[in-house]
Amino acid sequence: MTTERAPLLVDARQFVKPEAGRPEPDAGSGRNIVEVRGLNVWYGTFQALNDISFAVPENRITAIIGPSGCGKSTILRCINRMNDLLTGFRAEGEVIFEGEDVYASGLDPVDVRRRIGMVFQKPNPFPKSIYENAAFGPRINGFRGSLDEIVERSLRRAALWDEVGEKLRESALKLSGGQQQRLCIARALATEPDIILMDEPCSALDPVATLKIEDLMRDLARNYTIVIVTHNMQQAARVSDYTMMMMMDENRSGVLVEYGPTREVFTNPKDKRTEDYITGRFG
Amino acid sequence: MTRTAFERQLTEIQDDMLALATMAEAAIERSIDALKNRDVELARQIIADDLKINEKRYNTEEKCLELVATQQPLASDLRTIVAVLHIIVDLERIADHAEGNAKLALMLADEPPLKPYIDIPRMAQKGIEMLRASLEAFKDRDTERARAICEMDDEVDALYEQVYHELLTYMIQDPQSIQRATYLIWVAHNLERIADRVTNICERVVFMVTGHVQELNVSKY
Repeated sequence: MTTERAPLLVDARQFVKPEAGRPEPDAGSGRNIVEVRGLNVWYGTFQALNDISFAVPENRITAIIGPSGCGKSTILRCINRMNDLLTGFRAEGEVIFEGEDVYASGLDPVDVRRRIGMVFQKPNPFPKSIYENAAFGPRINGFRGSLDEIVERSLRRAALWDEVGEKLRESALKLSGGQQQRLCIARALATEPDIILMDEPCSALDPVATLKIEDLMRDLARNYTIVIVTHNMQQAARVSDYTMMMMMDENRSGVLVEYGPTREVFTNPKDKRTEDYITGRFG
Repeated sequence: MTRTAFERQLTEIQDDMLALATMAEAAIERSIDALKNRDVELARQIIADDLKINEKRYNTEEKCLELVATQQPLASDLRTIVAVLHIIVDLERIADHAEGNAKLALMLADEPPLKPYIDIPRMAQKGIEMLRASLEAFKDRDTERARAICEMDDEVDALYEQVYHELLTYMIQDPQSIQRATYLIWVAHNLERIADRVTNICERVVFMVTGHVQELNVSKY
């Protein structure tokens, strides 16, 4: 899948103004792990995304904010081809991950999803033991090494080991909501992904569990790239390095309004629509 | 979607700040009247009123903190609250300088007048003009005006220099005048500081509108 135009790639870093005399966010590896170019998405005849281009910096947290229905989750789900199974889904443009278009023919969507993990709004552990949840990905991917090691490593990385290490055989459904969500993160980490996509990962959690997940995200960002969709603007402000603001155009298709360092977007947004949305005067 | 309660509170802290500015302005004006007219009663009143000004500042500060804690303001709302938090400190300090002049007026009231006051009231008038204009610039979100006001600070500095040299001449000519002349230099210095504080307010106006902190005035003093 290619596009004839060469749309401008919106790189969040380009908005950093060094002359303002403030240090720019740590640029991480300075590399973009995903580059989306001219992405248009349709569900049947409805165009859900209109000409979206942006780059995701590696080992950083990028938050996508915007009103309901503006296509935030659609973008997220395009990055690891989770939309493929939806009827009427059609995409044009490019989603380049590690130099390769994830929609290129010949690329296995299952492999894409292994390398780009996902965590959903409601914790959705399988009705199995804690161990089996964490071991699930490697097991179905035919992993032949020590599953015990992978399970422990994933649970440790998800800051859950200390709470469940002694009861790995118990049902995951016995865990609290926050623990279940961290187990889902551990399950995503077990396949050694490069990117973790999070779709409103804290919306079903209480404030303490939410802050725990946010801490975990900051910790994980040292080794992983995280893209998070959130309705909670304070969460985006607290946790992310870069923020992307989306909105609907006159045809109710999602468009990218503004993308830049989180600090800039929340203190001095460039676009009036961002200003209206984050100050609660939208609509 | 509107945020009526938040809008009302945001307006309220700005109104409080403007009320504080009016109090500070009155303090400057009255302190010069007390000096000129050797009005001991008025000077004492100004010193007593300064407590109300401090109270107004802390009260406004508390409201700002409450807004930050409860409403999670962002973007221009956040910058407005931060600007108000800074400006109320400058206003309170302006009033402190005026209170200082009221105290000097009290000290000078015991002594025979050294000279007719011309440039000192002029400095005060200039300071008041700058203060009023800075708050107009705040209300209108007018960065051009805020920048222009800072240039007026040079006029205040020039008047200060003039007053200073004139008083030095008095001291050289008549050592009996040294104490009174020194007090008057302090008065002029307080007025010079008031103008400097106004330039801080202007810098906050520019910050509130643009999001950038920029030094607008590098005063000689």
